[in-house]
Amino acid sequence: MSKVARPYLFLLVGIIVAFGLSAWADGINPYDQRIVMNIGINMILAASLNLINGFTGQFSLGHAGFMSIGAYGAAIFTTMIAPGMFGEVAGTGMQDVALFMGLLFGGIISALIGVLVGIPSLRLKGDYLAIVTLGFGEIIRVIIQNIPSLGGSLGIANIPRYTTFFWVFFIVAIVVFFIQQLTKSTYGQGFLAVRDDEIAAEAMGVNTTRYKVEAFVIGAFFAGVAGGLYGHYNELIRPADFDFLKSVEIIVMVILGGMGSTYGVLFAAALLTYVPEFLRGFELFGVKFDSFRMSIYSLVLIILMLTRPQGLFGGIDFKKLMKKEIKFGNR
Amino acid sequence: MLQVEHLHVNYGAISAIKGISFTVPERSIVTLIGANGAGKTTTLRTISGLVKAESGKILFKGKDITSTPPHQIVSLGISQSPEGRMIFPELTVLENLKMGAYRRKDTKGIQEDMEYCFTVFPRLKERIKQAGGTLSGGEQQMLAIARALMSKPSLLLLDEPSLGIAPLLVKLIFEKIVEINRDLGTTMLLVEQNAAMALNIAHHAYVLETGEITLEGNARDLAQNEEVQKAYLGM
Repeated sequence: MSKVARPYLFLLVGIIVAFGLSAWADGINPYDQRIVMNIGINMILAASLNLINGFTGQFSLGHAGFMSIGAYGAAIFTTMIAPGMFGEVAGTGMQDVALFMGLLFGGIISALIGVLVGIPSLRLKGDYLAIVTLGFGEIIRVIIQNIPSLGGSLGIANIPRYTTFFWVFFIVAIVVFFIQQLTKSTYGQGFLAVRDDEIAAEAMGVNTTRYKVEAFVIGAFFAGVAGGLYGHYNELIRPADFDFLKSVEIIVMVILGGMGSTYGVLFAAALLTYVPEFLRGFELFGVKFDSFRMSIYSLVLIILMLTRPQGLFGGIDFKKLMKKEIKFGNR
Repeated sequence: MLQVEHLHVNYGAISAIKGISFTVPERSIVTLIGANGAGKTTTLRTISGLVKAESGKILFKGKDITSTPPHQIVSLGISQSPEGRMIFPELTVLENLKMGAYRRKDTKGIQEDMEYCFTVFPRLKERIKQAGGTLSGGEQQMLAIARALMSKPSLLLLDEPSLGIAPLLVKLIFEKIVEINRDLGTTMLLVEQNAAMALNIAHHAYVLETGEITLEGNARDLAQNEEVQKAYLGM
């Protein structure tokens, strides 16, 4: 297989999987449906944060902030702007158009705010950047909470449920494809160079500020899109949904999956979304795990981090794995 | 090729460079020697734009580059092999070299220059797929120099290529620096604590002491200078 064809093939497979899931989705119960949907949305969030934290090495703690901007932007578009443009769309083919434009709208607003926040704050490094982005996420939340026309802390209810399996996994495929293509390209090597050694990258002629802002803005865009998908599935968005804990949840997926490993991060997103739900109904020797499932969840995290500090898939080269040059457990 | 005039650089309230002036003629190797904290690295970093000058002028091929951002300075033809090597530890040798050619678009020229780097440093070719961080200190230094060459510079800034490297390899690396200067005609500004090695290969030398140039002259003459011998050559 030629080098060019492979990523496009992956994209095609991703889209087919998205179609397959949406065909299968109607048959399963709403509870399972919600889990799969959340897995997809978390995959988008984790993969986009991975571009900032994993590939470019900038520690951002404000991803939920961008998600909320996208969620509100998309909700405003489909509930207030779209009816004026297309009339009643729910149930017709136009609902997908409205959703797509809403996602784009939310993503772009989120990206614009990413530029505004990114340019001044990316001059900071490490812990300082983490604190600033953490502050940003909280500021966004408090601002939204205090705007009555956005529903204050009650949020926006009655958002139409336009999000489908197809849309979620289609966008997962797009995000993965986009990030893979970006980081594998000659241009994209700049992201890795910034992460590895910022001063050396600058000395090589890499415009480090531009790369950092770019990673931040692309990450913010996809976080916004994920927020839009979330709002149009949940039918209700509240500022409390996008608090600091949501940001931490995404960070944990990135770290557990292995910084800079796209597939690892996708796997971790699925695992960490599924495990708490799995434990809900889990029974061992007549003991129900439901009441202390979050303690077990935390325990799983600690054990995983102790045994694989580089992340589940960190430091594994898939190409080499396929050639069987490295076996699991050797590292 | 490079002219530095009355350059002042401050770090906050501390002045690191106190009005130095020197020139680097085309195709020559010029060295700045001096002890720790003399301001050698600061001088190089100011030339490559990583550190901002307080006052004074840096002229490259007659053009004022004092306040040009680093990524444009690389395009103009100045590249740096930084102190402590600073290779990209998680990128392979090949990817490190490609990063060196980051500002170039001529695929063919890049390929040729890479071939040249491999003839000068065959060791790098053996380790082409290895992550930069897994190389030995000497190999990393070779990679740092090769990476700097990949931008096809007319002026190469070498910051302490002998730092933390086995003496035998230091000798080899300095031989290679002379070889590159001879083959490509690349002008070099070499900053060194290892004054003996630096004076051995340089044409012209400046002695830097706490931010000021105290001595200058032909490298061979300076090597005979009594003060230099006492202070830097340990004689």
